[in-house]
Amino acid sequence: MRIGTGLLLGLLSGLLWGLLAVSIAGISLTLVTGLSATPIVLSGALGGTASAAVIMSRMPANRTPGLYLASFVAMIIVMMLVSFGAPFSLPFSEHSATQAFGVGIIALAVTFANKACLIDIESGMLKRYKVDLLIVRVLKGLGFVFFTVIVILPFYVMVMTSLKNQQDLFVNPLDLSIDLTQGASSLFDSYVELFTKFNFGWFLLISTTVSVSTVIITLAFSIPGAYAVARLKFPGQTVLSSSILLIYLVPMIVLVIPLYAVFSQLGLRNTILGLLIVYPATTVPVALYMLQGYFRGLPAELEEAGLMDGLSRLGVIWKITLPLALPALASVSLYVFMIAWNEFLFAFMFLDNPDIFTLSRGVVSLNSSEVPRQHLMAGAVVATVPILVIFLWFERFLVQGLTAGSVKG
Amino acid sequence: MTPSHSTEYRAATNPPPMRKNRLGPMARREARLAFWMLAPTFVIVMGIVLFPLLANFWISVKPVKLSDLRPPSPVVSERTRGDYDVAGQEFRIQYRLRNSSQKGEVTDIVLTDTLPDGITITQNDPVCTITGQNIRCSLDHLEGGERARLELSAIADENFVANPVSPRDSEPAITGTAQSILTSSKFTLDNFARIFDSREFWSVLSVTIAYTVFGTLGALVLGLFAAQMLNKPFRGRSILRGLFLFPYVAPVIAVAFTWIILLDPFNGTFNAILQRMNITGEGINFFGQRAVPIDIFGLTIDFPLALATVIAFEAWRYFPLSFLFILARMQSISSDMYEAAEVDGATPLQQFWHISLPQLLGILSTLFLLRFIWTFNKFDDIFLLTGGAAGTRTLTVDVYEQGFALSNLGAGAAVAVAIFILLLAFAVVYFKFVHREDS
Repeated sequence: MRIGTGLLLGLLSGLLWGLLAVSIAGISLTLVTGLSATPIVLSGALGGTASAAVIMSRMPANRTPGLYLASFVAMIIVMMLVSFGAPFSLPFSEHSATQAFGVGIIALAVTFANKACLIDIESGMLKRYKVDLLIVRVLKGLGFVFFTVIVILPFYVMVMTSLKNQQDLFVNPLDLSIDLTQGASSLFDSYVELFTKFNFGWFLLISTTVSVSTVIITLAFSIPGAYAVARLKFPGQTVLSSSILLIYLVPMIVLVIPLYAVFSQLGLRNTILGLLIVYPATTVPVALYMLQGYFRGLPAELEEAGLMDGLSRLGVIWKITLPLALPALASVSLYVFMIAWNEFLFAFMFLDNPDIFTLSRGVVSLNSSEVPRQHLMAGAVVATVPILVIFLWFERFLVQGLTAGSVKG
Repeated sequence: MTPSHSTEYRAATNPPPMRKNRLGPMARREARLAFWMLAPTFVIVMGIVLFPLLANFWISVKPVKLSDLRPPSPVVSERTRGDYDVAGQEFRIQYRLRNSSQKGEVTDIVLTDTLPDGITITQNDPVCTITGQNIRCSLDHLEGGERARLELSAIADENFVANPVSPRDSEPAITGTAQSILTSSKFTLDNFARIFDSREFWSVLSVTIAYTVFGTLGALVLGLFAAQMLNKPFRGRSILRGLFLFPYVAPVIAVAFTWIILLDPFNGTFNAILQRMNITGEGINFFGQRAVPIDIFGLTIDFPLALATVIAFEAWRYFPLSFLFILARMQSISSDMYEAAEVDGATPLQQFWHISLPQLLGILSTLFLLRFIWTFNKFDDIFLLTGGAAGTRTLTVDVYEQGFALSNLGAGAAVAVAIFILLLAFAVVYFKFVHREDS
């Protein structure tokens, strides 16, 4: 084994992976099982370094599966030695199977991370290219861990909190484990209560109705408009197509005071109809912009052929343009549905009557000291699950919608 | 070509150009069709977006409170004095009128009521007329807070006393016209004076700028990082891509309340993790603490904790969007360039710095400007997380604070006007730099 920057950087990356793996495993262990585990980070750091050292002891060409196995074992041995047999500060006699599983996962993860980072890195002096390569690999790995944790942790906490009860949460906020032996009825207690006492079934229905109606109204308004902008010639066309986007830049909060005043006078404020007027107004420009871009991309010859064959303009739109534009219509519909489903501001400002709350408004009404917080999280889950299911189901369309819909948010 | 040249040239060779706004019949029909197809969009955008935008200017110069939305109206209560169930005995019917508002006057007030059969009016109030059993009284006007009393005397006959009903059983109806403060010709600059005078406004403005700049940059940098990670294909990439979009797709109320619970100072999971790892001793109140002193080389600076947490939320929630756009742009960079660079011995970091970044500059600047404006406009997130407390009140939250929390619609509209003017400036920048690039 030669000693150079390769060895140094290799050991450093091993140290980093060991440290990270032990910390995350320790915290995950606590969050998932409820054991009060405190990870000994030093044990992980030294174990990871040892694992990297074993790999670096041979030139890249001579690294065999056996060597990686040795690296795996080295990680476990060093980690256990440094932490005196308790890498999570728990005596190994307690929950030994779980702990052993945790240790195994850590060692496996560290070995894999080291292998991936050091696969073609030798221990001697490295060229600048290899140094950069190693740095980029470590950064990417850290990125994966970082992003996965920041995205998953809040959603995990949301779901688990909704399944627990207030006392347990106060006693140990780290214990997000759920006791499966208690039976489904007590596990889903918060949900049952939301749907029986807090009227959430009704809110769900209202949110669905409002969102679907918004989609229909938006399409009914924006399809003819988009077609006109994309295909027909009229004075002011260019000005119009470039200024549609300006509506994007108007903040909703600026519209709230005048709309509140006017809708109060007209008796529209505390009504679903009021929402159904406001929501499409905010989505029509977006939808129009997205659709006209798509319409422009369709071959005009098809439509001209339709006109020649005696179809009217509306016939052409209905029979030729729209069937061709189905993917765009799907994207726009999903995007508008998402906006309407997630809308908070106007639902909050306009609706006072609990009989016509949308889900967003209903969840806000749970945010009081009298309602236990697992109910609030259960409400959040009820509001999130439908939109996430739709998103995962139609991901391709929604992603297109998001990118085409520019950067509204 | 000089102008004189071009006219000569055209005059010599071309037929006289058609006047531009003289459209042929076909073209006119097409324009008319386009107009009708765009009309619904126009109507709804005018009514719900442009009209309120202008209405803000109007409301901002009116001394209008939230309670003024209910216009002044006359209120009446009816009383009887004496016994109406004794035949032939005179008793009095009294109508007490009141203006519901303390300020606005009500004019042309008309009160109508019906007496039960068998009661006859013996003495009428001068403003009332009696036709049969119907009473109709009219008043010219009631000042704000003014009260008035109408008195009539009546007697009941035998038939009525045999089967008495209270004269109050028939509710008196009252109508009046009042001018709402919203449509009156009373103007004031107090709202602007109020919001600009307070030192608060400038702190709100600086919080807004800090939130907007750092929130936008945070989302952009995170998005760039995430896109760089998912640029090359590997197993599980599409799953990760879907996962990374969760924060943006989930409803804001759900994720905002989750963050509040996650970061709770007493029993939040995040604080518990920090304590378990021995990073902090006691729970940190992320959303509630305005500033924490931090020592750097003996220099103590106040770190705006709540603001930083709100900015972190903003970056977390909106990085998926910049991630999507940057990823789409990255995928369209031709791989030839990277291969050539590889042959020349460029390291991965050099490739990123000298190839990817310049190629991404266009989308990054577009994203920055658009996200900048959208972050500036953001209301929901901060409102749900802190309600604008602990030094996190931005201009948009201030609109709500002034207009609804303090019930001063005029002042709220004045803040909205300030937002609108700042936005106009951004829009000019947008059109000058970004839109040109896009097309």
